[in-house]
Amino acid sequence: MENLAFTQEVKPPNTQKGPVKWLKDNLFSTWYNSILTCLGLVILFFVFKSVFTWVFTQANWKVIPANLQILSIGSYPLEQIWRVSSVIYGLAVLLGLSAGIWNGLTRQITVAIGCIGAIILLLPFHISVREHALIANVIIAVCFAIGRDRDNWKRWVVIGWVLSFPWTMIMLHGFGADTVTTTNWGGLLLTLILAAIGILACFPLGVLLALGRRSQLPAIRWVSTIYIETVRGVPLITLLFMGSLLLPIFMPGDFQLDKVIRAMVVLTLFSAAYMAENVRGGLQAIPPGQVEAAQAVGLTYPKTMLFIDLPQALRSVIPAIVGQFIALFKDTSLVSVVGLLDLLGIGRSILGNPDWQGLQPEVYLFIAVIYFIFCYAMSFVSQKVEADLGIGKH
Amino acid sequence: MMEDNSHKILSDKIPFYRDIRFLKVFFQILFVIGIILLTGFLYVNMLNGLSRQGIELGLNFLNSEAGFELSEGIDFEPSETYLKAFWVGIVNTIKISIIGIFCATVIGFFFGIARLSNNWLIRQIASVYVECFRNIPLLLQILFWYALTRVLPVVRESISFFNSIFINNRGVYFAFVERADGFNAWLWYLLSGSILAIFVVLGFAAFRYFFRFRELQQTARPSFISNITFGAKWAAAPIFLIVAIVGWFLTPEQPFAVTRPALQGFNFVGGMSFSPEFSALLIGLAVYTSAFIAEVVRSGIQAVVRGQREAARAVGLKESQVLRLVVIPQAIPIIVPPLTSQYLNLAKNSSLAIFIGFPDLFMVGETMINQTGQSIPVFAMIMVSYLIMSLTTSAFMNWYNRRITRVGK
Repeated sequence: MENLAFTQEVKPPNTQKGPVKWLKDNLFSTWYNSILTCLGLVILFFVFKSVFTWVFTQANWKVIPANLQILSIGSYPLEQIWRVSSVIYGLAVLLGLSAGIWNGLTRQITVAIGCIGAIILLLPFHISVREHALIANVIIAVCFAIGRDRDNWKRWVVIGWVLSFPWTMIMLHGFGADTVTTTNWGGLLLTLILAAIGILACFPLGVLLALGRRSQLPAIRWVSTIYIETVRGVPLITLLFMGSLLLPIFMPGDFQLDKVIRAMVVLTLFSAAYMAENVRGGLQAIPPGQVEAAQAVGLTYPKTMLFIDLPQALRSVIPAIVGQFIALFKDTSLVSVVGLLDLLGIGRSILGNPDWQGLQPEVYLFIAVIYFIFCYAMSFVSQKVEADLGIGKH
Repeated sequence: MMEDNSHKILSDKIPFYRDIRFLKVFFQILFVIGIILLTGFLYVNMLNGLSRQGIELGLNFLNSEAGFELSEGIDFEPSETYLKAFWVGIVNTIKISIIGIFCATVIGFFFGIARLSNNWLIRQIASVYVECFRNIPLLLQILFWYALTRVLPVVRESISFFNSIFINNRGVYFAFVERADGFNAWLWYLLSGSILAIFVVLGFAAFRYFFRFRELQQTARPSFISNITFGAKWAAAPIFLIVAIVGWFLTPEQPFAVTRPALQGFNFVGGMSFSPEFSALLIGLAVYTSAFIAEVVRSGIQAVVRGQREAARAVGLKESQVLRLVVIPQAIPIIVPPLTSQYLNLAKNSSLAIFIGFPDLFMVGETMINQTGQSIPVFAMIMVSYLIMSLTTSAFMNWYNRRITRVGK
């Protein structure tokens, strides 16, 4: 009998698993959580119901396939379209090779881009668009297979990426009799070019401004500070307007600057001020001992900055910098105020066409999805980079 | 020999072109000269450009008749001056910014806290909200909301809620509190209440300073100012409230009255109303900024070290106390600086009003440029206005930040 007391069963700790347990933990843990869950479900139901009925029964989606060409390349002449496709295929080659050579993030980005291509392939777009998507995806796959584990190609692929930018601009612009002037650039093409140039140019400029603002030389510090604060204090749209209205006044008489280039310059100068503040935030977080140590071993100022200060500072502000890139990408939508037809500008001009009047929700929703895909992809990549570098874990 | 040599090197004067002290000054002078030359070049170009276009710069045009109408804002007649028109634009910008900041803060805090909920569904809904509205350009969102206001029903078939909010294609009409007949009488009560409160607080502080803590050492004694703030908290506020409430009941007529919009003829009269342009801009700004504010709030709360929360629980604080006494006081100083920049962004983004025809500062300025050709002065006015608004806001938020940081640490 005494033994029984010892053998009395003690219930094991609750290690129950499975959907019921999950539901209980995550949705119905307390009475108010249950209420919140039910409320959330009801709201979701109504939102989904109205959105789905609108998307599948009421919306007139014909407007998208009919205008897909000008939405993607604006009024780029059709006989010159091989330029655009050659650029796309060139980038596809580089992308596939990089995905093969480098592991990890590059591969994920490539897969994401391949997925976008596959989605385009499946949607009921015009057959030529789907052909392009198919060919690009095939090129990526083939180059991926070729490039696998070819470490000695690394240098050439990097050089390829560096050269891809001037190559793209030259290809798109053309030369001689076949020149495609920037007035014909439009749609998604223009948006991507503006964003790419803005991102590439604002970064070094922003770093310089940040260093200038922290400089020990008062003249440089003051000029940088005034520039940064002025640009950050006014809306981008005023600067774009200034670029189009005031620049001609301030330039020598016969000097004419292309509209697209003007917008590029303004976007770059605008983002550089914000970039400078992000970089400065990173620089301020570096312990002064780092710079002092660098000076103690006799590094000059440029070397201290390039090899000690900036690498650490930039690494810690990657999220903010990518956030700035995303903001710049979204800000390109404002260039329609100075008469450029970027993605959104083209969308608005389509809606001005009597054939497509009253289809604002359809067109805007489509454009919104495109912007969303690009911005979300950028922020996703930034999160991955952050995780890979272990930022915020120390 | 060795000694001589090294001595020689040390005593040798460094040539001036390798002397860092000289080079620093020299490069700065070069830089300044470069900037002056650039400015001069632009200035000469500007003079030439202006003479080419036949424009004479000056601010005289501000006093001439504007000749255009403004669809919204304080009363404005086309016969009034450009200066008045610009002022209307400034007031409109400030109005949309303040209402927008208020709405964005409320929505943003709601979704920011919802992202940290322990309810999976709520968390997911909040993240989808944030990701969607953060990753779509604001201009697109504003245009979308504006397009939606175009398909709202006509005035006669307005969508109504509780008979006090009406939505139609001419705008949103809602019941609002307005000044009524008893307002002036009530103001007197408020005035006497505040005077009474000031006297009580001063007396209270003097009492505490000269009698209550007289025994304490000079260093341990609370300062007169801190006694005043103590009194303001515990004596002035209650007195003021009591006088205000008593005054409310004592005034023969109600100081405030709720007016509801009512259909009269072809439109609603009474209450408050937002035009479709204003509503679209407000929704766009508030929703877009709230997505960023939600992220700011979430990361601010998460930045409070986990151990703080665990320690607070370990000493037996309730979950509500953990939040109120430990997490929030430490999260607020982290949240305020990025919140400030979001507020500034909202104010600057209100310039997108020009795309849907809401007469804000920028749109009025642009109209003025089109009419007078005085692009440089008007641009200067626009930029200075925005800069003043930005600088005031950030000064205020910096002050607030310093204040709460001092309390928190």
